[in-house]
Formats: sequence, structure tokens, C-alpha cells
Amino acid sequence: MRIIQYALMLAICWFAAYVARAADVQAPSHAVAGNDVSLPTSGSGNATLFVFGPGTAIKKEVRLGDHVTLPLKRAGRYSAIVNGEQVQFDVAAAAPSDIAFLARPSRVPADRKDVIAGTVFLFDNNHNLVTSPTPVKFDLMVEGGQPQSRHVQSKDGVAYIKLDSGRKAGPAQFVATVGAKSVKRVVEETASDPCNLRIHATPNKDGLTVETDPVKDCAGNPVPDGTIVTITATSPKGRSTVDARIKKGIAKADLPPLQNATVSVAAGVVMGNEIHVGGGM
Amino acid sequence: MGRILMIVTIVVTVLLLAAGTLGAHGSSANLSTPDGVVKALFEDVGSKNWKAAYQLLSNKNAIDLPTFIRQAGGSDGDLRMVSSITKVTPKILRESDTEAQVRTDLQWTTAVGAIYGTRDLKTVKDGKDWKVEWPVEQQAKVPPQVIPVNFLRWDIVTRGADDDWGAQNVDAPRVRIVSMNAVEYEGGTVILGEIVNEDTVPGFVSVNASLVGKDGKTIGEESSFDKISHILLPKEVSPFRVDFPGVKLSAVKNVRMQPNSLLVPASADPTIGVLNQRFETDANGRKVLRGEMINESGQTVNIPHVLATFYDNSGKVIWVSDGYVDHALLPRTPQSFTLGLRPDIADKVQTYRVTVNTYSINRQQG
Repeated sequence: MRIIQYALMLAICWFAAYVARAADVQAPSHAVAGNDVSLPTSGSGNATLFVFGPGTAIKKEVRLGDHVTLPLKRAGRYSAIVNGEQVQFDVAAAAPSDIAFLARPSRVPADRKDVIAGTVFLFDNNHNLVTSPTPVKFDLMVEGGQPQSRHVQSKDGVAYIKLDSGRKAGPAQFVATVGAKSVKRVVEETASDPCNLRIHATPNKDGLTVETDPVKDCAGNPVPDGTIVTITATSPKGRSTVDARIKKGIAKADLPPLQNATVSVAAGVVMGNEIHVGGGM
Repeated sequence: MGRILMIVTIVVTVLLLAAGTLGAHGSSANLSTPDGVVKALFEDVGSKNWKAAYQLLSNKNAIDLPTFIRQAGGSDGDLRMVSSITKVTPKILRESDTEAQVRTDLQWTTAVGAIYGTRDLKTVKDGKDWKVEWPVEQQAKVPPQVIPVNFLRWDIVTRGADDDWGAQNVDAPRVRIVSMNAVEYEGGTVILGEIVNEDTVPGFVSVNASLVGKDGKTIGEESSFDKISHILLPKEVSPFRVDFPGVKLSAVKNVRMQPNSLLVPASADPTIGVLNQRFETDANGRKVLRGEMINESGQTVNIPHVLATFYDNSGKVIWVSDGYVDHALLPRTPQSFTLGLRPDIADKVQTYRVTVNTYSINRQQG
């Protein structure tokens, strides 16, 4: 009987020692990257604490029963080990303080649907991706045009939007704002294909000067200078072509004297009007 | 002994002098025939023996030596200056006691491949020998003037090392192949078409093509190389041609096209007009496309490269032809060009389009 009592006593002590040892370190209730993380410990005496996590490996001598303070900068899942016992805890990212903003494309024709994409990645001041839902504001504006503004809630650290290009050409300011932090990108909204391309001809001392009306797209934006406008004159004598460059909104070409000729104009795959010169009507 | 040595020295000297005199126009020069003198002339030109070549002219009063050198050997950094004659084939067309007409086929080697030309030259009898009446090229003189050049130039600012990773670079221009056609030519396959720069910035473009055989495997990959205008300004259209010599069209199941574009700095200058383009028949009876180029800018274009696109009556591209012009394109000075046309498609050609690539020594194009 006495032997049984000793055995039970031994088992209880062993269990108590086991329980006491398992409670050597506890997970913090709320841990945020960049702030000091406090790990409560229990028990008595000294022990060695090991902490492993994203890009982190810490070995520290601790006094059991105290709170151990650790400067953890990386968000993610950590493991803390004391006396062979392990607890796991999560460290969350801090509030967003850095924005990576990708705006695509860098250049887009005006007046097109869903052509400008903006993607925001939210980071805290330790470059941790902020995965908690966060409101992001996107603004797109061309000077003199209609501004667009949208709010998007980030998901898993990313906020994404697609916007239309405005009718007005010009450098569009594309701004992403999170809290007080803003990042600006420039998306060049360019004129689209020429619309209603027209030419007229006037005689000069050496032949004929053919000139376009101001070249604009269908939204009325001037087609950029340097754009090629091909002017072609076809007459019984042959064909003459000039790849004229738009300069100050107008393309101009000097052609040789023409008789009974048809002069046409094109820019890229867009055709313009035809005129007849030299009695070719 | 000394006397013998002296006699041998004199004999050798006389022989060398004779050889030198006879060999002034090349060892095979035969100035006693019209075709011989033409051959001698171009051999001297080929070896840049200008004075000897000039001596073979009958109309020295109409052209001085420097002008002859410019006309025969090139000037203004043109292609002729960096080419050499490799083959001269004269053929007498007509001959009388005093005059003869000689047609000469010439082959030049250049950095851009062989250039062929045909010249009809008049030769006249001068004593025992024949001489060549050099056709003096009358080049229009442009009066001294200032030609304002205020065309655009596009420069590029790329992202810096200190930009954050979200900062985007400027995109490459959007280019699109607007037409494509595969034809068989001389036992090989040729891919033809046109590409347009749809963007508002210039681009350096190239076209790669892969031929897929009936078993689904790639049987050839080539690029357009120089059969394209590589620098395309906004809305500019260029033809392209990709040659696959030795690959039968019947063995091709599919063609994969890959247009590539890079954003490059470029200038909108110079503007080249291509005037009076017309089909003619050349001296050899071949159908050719002729015309004149005019450089509307104020800077010399050293090497013009002419590209012609030929279309059938449905507007399909049926051939792309190109040729380098061995004369520089001076400001406001017309320069003629001739491009050969495949005889087998001459009847099918309904219309055509000619564009000019320009290479200038003093211009930084890209």
C-alpha cells in the first residue's frame, strides 16, 4: 500500500514538473512588426530562449518568470523555444507607410475603356506586406480634363484598379493615396488615330504644295508632331509620295508640277480625302 | 664581268619600263577595241588609278579630273566610296570605224552586298586606240542657303537606379503587322508584309518569322534584316521581307510572326520625297521601277536605301524589293533610283509604294 502511495506521489510530481516546464514561454497576445514583442515566461531559474521566424534567428538567455522583450521587424509566423518546449505566434505588419505603385501602360490612347491599370502594394515601414484590408484611393487627372477618383479596399496587401483613359490627351497624373501617403505616376494619354484627315493643294513656283488641315483624332486632340502623314500623287507621269511629318499640327509636302493627278493622304492605316489637280476632275 | 652586269641591268630596266608602260591600264588592257578600252577604264577605276582612267576619256574638256573622280569613285561618303568593282562585262552594241556603243554590266562589292549596274557608254576612235566618252552627270546645283531644320527629336529618360521598383519605364512603341503573305521564290519561302507603328513615339522595329512544318516542328527562323525600315516614326508603315532560302512553301504548315519594337531616340528629319515613280523597261529588257528621290532637309544622306512594296489588285503585298543607291542624297537635289521587278509578277502588280531609309554619317539616329 505504501509502495502505491509513493508511486502516486512520484507520478504527481512528475506531472507537475511536466506542466510547469510546458508553461515556460507563452505566445504574445498581439504582436506588431517593428514594435517590441513581449513573450511572457513562467517558471524559475535561467533558460535559453530560441526564436525563429522570417529572416530571424535569435538566441537569448532569459530568466523564467519574466517577460522577454524582442525587437521583431519582420511580419510572419515565429517559433519560440525554451527548455525544449515550443510555442508559435504571429507578428502582424504595422500600419501602411510605404506604397509601391505600378501604373501600366506608360502611354495610352485617349478615350479608351479600361486601359489604365493601377496596382498598389502596401508595406509598413519595415517593408512588410500589409495584408489587413486598407482603403486605397486612386486619382487620375489630365489637365483640363475630367478627373476620375476611385476607392478600393486592399486584399492580401494588394489594391488593383482599371480606369478609362480620358478624352483629353496629355500627361495624366495617376495618384495612389493610402492615409497621408501618396505616390504619383504619369501616364501619357496620347491622341488616337487621325480622324477626318483632309488635304488641300496650292500651286507654288516649282509645282504644288499639299497641306493637311490640322490633324486631330476623333476626340479633337491634336495628333502629335512628328507623326507620319503619307501624301501620294498619282498622275500619268508616275506616282510621287512624300512621308511628311506633322509639324505644328499640319503636314505639308512639296510635289512636282502635276497634270491630271489624284492626290491622296493617309496616316498609318487611316485614309483621308482625295483631291484632283491639273484638270483631272 | 662588270660590262655584262651593266648590260643586264640596262636590259632589265628597259623591260621593266616597257612592262610598266604596257601595264598602266592593267595587264589585259586592250585599248585597240571599244570593249577593251571600257574594260580598261573600269579596271583603273576599280584600282583607283584615277589618272590612268582619266587618260582613257575622250571628253576631257567636258570633265576635269576631280569631277571624274567624284563621279566614278563616289563622293560625300556615299556607298560608291566604300565599294569596289569586281566584275566588268562590256558588250559592243554598235560599232563603226570611228564610234561604238558599249553596254557594260558592272558588279560592285559593298558592305551591304553586291550592287549591279548597267552603263551604255559611247567610245570613239582616237588614232590607233579607242577612248571612252564619259557621260558627265549634270548635277543640279543648290544655291548656298540656310535650310532651317526644326523637326522633332525624341529623347528618352529611363528610370534611374534610385527609383522605387514600382516606377515604370517608358513602354516600347506598339507596332502591328497589318498584312502578311507567304510566297515561294527560287525554291525558297519568302514572308512579305507590312508593319505599322501605331504609337506616338518612334521605335526600332524588326520582324522575326518562324516556319512550322507539317510535323509541328520549326523548320526555319529568320529575321527581316535589312528588308525593312528599322526606325519607324509614329504611324509610319514599313514593308518587310523575310527570306527562307531552300525551304519549300509546300512544306510549311504554319508561320509564326514576331514583331519586335524598342523605344529609341530618333529624329523626324530628314524627309525624303520619292517623285515620278514609274515602271520602265531597262536596257536589258527587264521591267524596273524608276523614280527620283529628293532630300527636303539640309543635311546630306550618305546612303539612301530604297524599299518598294508591290501590291496586286486585291491590295495584297506580293513582293518587296529593295536597293541601295550608291550616290549620296544631297539637300534639295534629285537623285534617281532603279529597282528591279521580278519578271514573273510584273503582270500582277497593280500598285506599289516606295519608301526610303536613310543612313547619314554625321547624324546620330538612334
